Amino acid sequence: MASPAAAAPPSASSAPRRSLLALAGAVALLPLVLPNNYTYEVAILVGLNAIVCVGLNLLIGYAGQISLGHAGFFGLGAYGTAILAVRYGWPTPASLAATVAAVALLAWAIGRPILRLRGHALAMATLGMGIIVAVVIATEDRYTGGPDGMSVPPLAIAGHVLAGERAWYWVVGVLLVATVWLAQNLIDSPRGRAWRALHGSEFAASAIGIDPARHKLAAFVLSAALAAFAGALTAHYAGFITPAKASFLHSIELVTMVVFGGMASSLGAVVGAAALTTLPQLLTVFKEYEMVLLGAVLMLTMIFMPQGLVPTLGKALAAARGKSR
Amino acid sequence: MLFRNLLAAAALAFACSAPAQEPIRIGAFLSVTGPAAFLGDPEQKTLEMYIEKLNAGGGVLGRKLQLIAYDSAGDAEKARAFVKRLIEQDNVDLIVGGSTTGETMAVVPLVEQAQIPFISLAGAVVIVEPVRKWVFKTPHSDRQACERIFVDMKGRGTTKIALITGPGGFDKSMRAQCIGVAKNYGIEILADESYGAGDTDMTAQLSKIKGTNGVQAVLNCGFGQGPAIVTKNYRQISIGFPLYQSHGVASKGYIQLAGGAADGVRLPAAALLVAETLPDSDPQKKVVLGYKREYESRYKSDVSTFGGHAYDGLMIAVEALTRAGVTDKAVVRDAIESVRAFMGTAGVFNYSPTDHVGLDVSGFRMLEIRKGDWTLAK
Amino acid sequence: MSAQLVQFLLSGLTVGAIYALVALGFAIIYNASHVINFAQGEFVMIGGMAAASFVEAGLPLPLAALLAVGGAMLVGLALEKLAVEPARGAPVVTLIIITIGASILLRGLASLVWDKKIHALPAFSGETPLKLGGATLLPQTLWVLGATVLTVALLWWFFNRTLTGKAILAVSHNQLAAQLMGISVRRVLLVSFGLSAALGALAGVLIAPISFTSWDIGVMLGLKGFAAAILGGMGSGPGAIAGGLALGLIESLGAGYVSSAYKDVFAFVIILAALIFLPDGLAGRRRATERV
Repeated sequence: MASPAAAAPPSASSAPRRSLLALAGAVALLPLVLPNNYTYEVAILVGLNAIVCVGLNLLIGYAGQISLGHAGFFGLGAYGTAILAVRYGWPTPASLAATVAAVALLAWAIGRPILRLRGHALAMATLGMGIIVAVVIATEDRYTGGPDGMSVPPLAIAGHVLAGERAWYWVVGVLLVATVWLAQNLIDSPRGRAWRALHGSEFAASAIGIDPARHKLAAFVLSAALAAFAGALTAHYAGFITPAKASFLHSIELVTMVVFGGMASSLGAVVGAAALTTLPQLLTVFKEYEMVLLGAVLMLTMIFMPQGLVPTLGKALAAARGKSR
Repeated sequence: MLFRNLLAAAALAFACSAPAQEPIRIGAFLSVTGPAAFLGDPEQKTLEMYIEKLNAGGGVLGRKLQLIAYDSAGDAEKARAFVKRLIEQDNVDLIVGGSTTGETMAVVPLVEQAQIPFISLAGAVVIVEPVRKWVFKTPHSDRQACERIFVDMKGRGTTKIALITGPGGFDKSMRAQCIGVAKNYGIEILADESYGAGDTDMTAQLSKIKGTNGVQAVLNCGFGQGPAIVTKNYRQISIGFPLYQSHGVASKGYIQLAGGAADGVRLPAAALLVAETLPDSDPQKKVVLGYKREYESRYKSDVSTFGGHAYDGLMIAVEALTRAGVTDKAVVRDAIESVRAFMGTAGVFNYSPTDHVGLDVSGFRMLEIRKGDWTLAK
Repeated sequence: MSAQLVQFLLSGLTVGAIYALVALGFAIIYNASHVINFAQGEFVMIGGMAAASFVEAGLPLPLAALLAVGGAMLVGLALEKLAVEPARGAPVVTLIIITIGASILLRGLASLVWDKKIHALPAFSGETPLKLGGATLLPQTLWVLGATVLTVALLWWFFNRTLTGKAILAVSHNQLAAQLMGISVRRVLLVSFGLSAALGALAGVLIAPISFTSWDIGVMLGLKGFAAAILGGMGSGPGAIAGGLALGLIESLGAGYVSSAYKDVFAFVIILAALIFLPDGLAGRRRATERV
């Protein structure tokens, strides 16, 4: 099967280190320019989306599989922790942990048959899975509150309630940096190299002893767990969730963020999440023209930067540096 | 000497050119695009039109009104972000908005924490049950709609019905309320079908209902194009018993879409829709007729009850501001809560510390569609 | 009971025919470029909305329908020329994101050019239901089914008997070989987009009298058409039609016999099962040997 993207770039150890430091720096310094709680909220949403995207990027950009249903995992994470906490009275750290573990298990269970599919069949299978999750959440209103959503209690660790934008900003910031660090180390490890071999050609990879099924499943489960984790955090942060979080449109949004920022680059995933989370907020001043402008920006960026934002800008930067030498 | 005179002159000039009084900022978040666009669109138009009108008449408390409105497109997360923006960045004095229940519920923690008065334009009873200090709403609740319909059914001797519900929050919430209060009116629900977003044909579900023994009437909880398709399918397969719709279809658009199939459909709706046919003695006539004429002449499109909710919300806010005399949020909130006998398009509002809906069922009229127009049901 | 079954089947076939036309649109573009055109649903929307606005402006229905389909075709051609062609050589995933951007853009434009209200088209030959085996059938359904059959026949003739059609098929089998034979891939892409847009718009015009049209109906219809195309085997014309009809019937029978609340879940579970047992879809287009 032809790989859906250009071959994954080689990873020189210094480039990821630098991008990780840059990210950590950005997270640490951003509060200096954020004027009010609303901007903190946007930053937190960016961080949460970025966590999902880094995980999704491992699946799409490195392991070369497609998922059009990842919002389903996000939604399961959000609703799992909400239902356990609200309907069964679990303490929130326990409901969060249990939910992430349960979603990982579910991803493992459905991943095995689904990942045997290739290309569009896989896309359709993940899409179908996402829709099934969204419909079930919206229909079982006695547990989930239905399409109008349900309230979620805040996260409380050892008696301390995690509330307020500043506190959440730091929590999400640290978790994001940790996620990117984890992703980069994974990519540089034997497992990561196996994934990249898979992406290049499943045939050839299995010829040299890499078991495609095991590795695809690992990437799938990890990205699902990260999505569920981000979903659960979002639920506790916002105090409220609706089934729209598990919708097909949200899944498409996530894939768009990953490709927009640049696949096969964890930093790209973060940048893509940042760009597509803040862009609608900025464009809202154009009122009824917002959708037109958003669509135009997406199209033009992808036409002129087909590899995505970060790889294209990275190459431009390297070329400029090379010229000035 | 000269210097002191110059200083005095400068001070005087400065005082005269002091900036005009700060406007009263009214924040709004509405579903102008997205699946609930036919709620948000008339709501926004109404707010814009009446704020213009009020400003032309001198404003409120001698200050102009400024509307800061965002389009939340029916998305609860966007609604949250916009409400934060309204509170933190735009520094609004009060908020009118929340076209859908999901969006409204998502921002309730924010307005309670920021202690800012919020008048919601959404339908579900859960918004005001339990009563929250800073949250009010202007539409009838969905439970009241169910009760109004069941009263009509009971009066006609209908005791066994079928439900068919759409996918939206409004649809499902109303269905849950109707199931909850049906016994109080002696109504038994024999069949409970539903359809999805973007569905093009409901004959399968209606066929099942037609084949269920004993059904005397069908209630469709929904809004948008779903109910119009349900109505057409209903006539197509010749179901003989009456069809009831919800107040979600209370706009001419529904009649235009369903065409002749809508004849005989009954629904609870505000008197706004039959403003011209109300007897002059009807206490609601003046307000509803005034709103209807002004909206239709300005926007050349039929009035809808959703725009009416926005009108009620804005006018109640203005009434509260006027009585409070200041824009202090706590004082304004108290003023809203003490609004009594206020005539809006939906009926008479009587807020109280235990009632943040303010309406009773009497403002809801039972309408029947005859020959493509609204009439009061007999 | 069996009258009810006939009713379910008729309803399933009607909606299935629409899914089939949308799925065909997906298949044609995929064949020419391996791109999944996420804006396909918007062509359906443009067809319905344009026709509705022309009728409301006073034009007779047949003319309005023709202009709507023609207009959508122009939009399809413009999409290819302005968005897909400049990005030739980009990874397929990038092209898909471009079509996603296009769908957002088209929806935004639709809400500006027209409005956010729901519109109806008059039924082509009246609304009096016809009786068939105890069930009722709208005359419009006959139009939908008839137009679909006619379209499929025309497409078969186009792909098998005309040079352009055969060129498109050649490109779908092997792009390099087709180019070596002197076929302009650029022209094939252009024609494919125009054709798919026309098919989508036709579906939109046919369904609008039954289920109305508005600026955002494209999302759901596009999604279902996509599912149908994959069920049938992405890239296969007959597969797309079989997939569309199958999806429509599964939905309708699921709503009737299983649970109307879960009919979409039921449909997708069946699609998933079908894909696991028939990974290349109903038509089972075997890919040529996988190259390393």
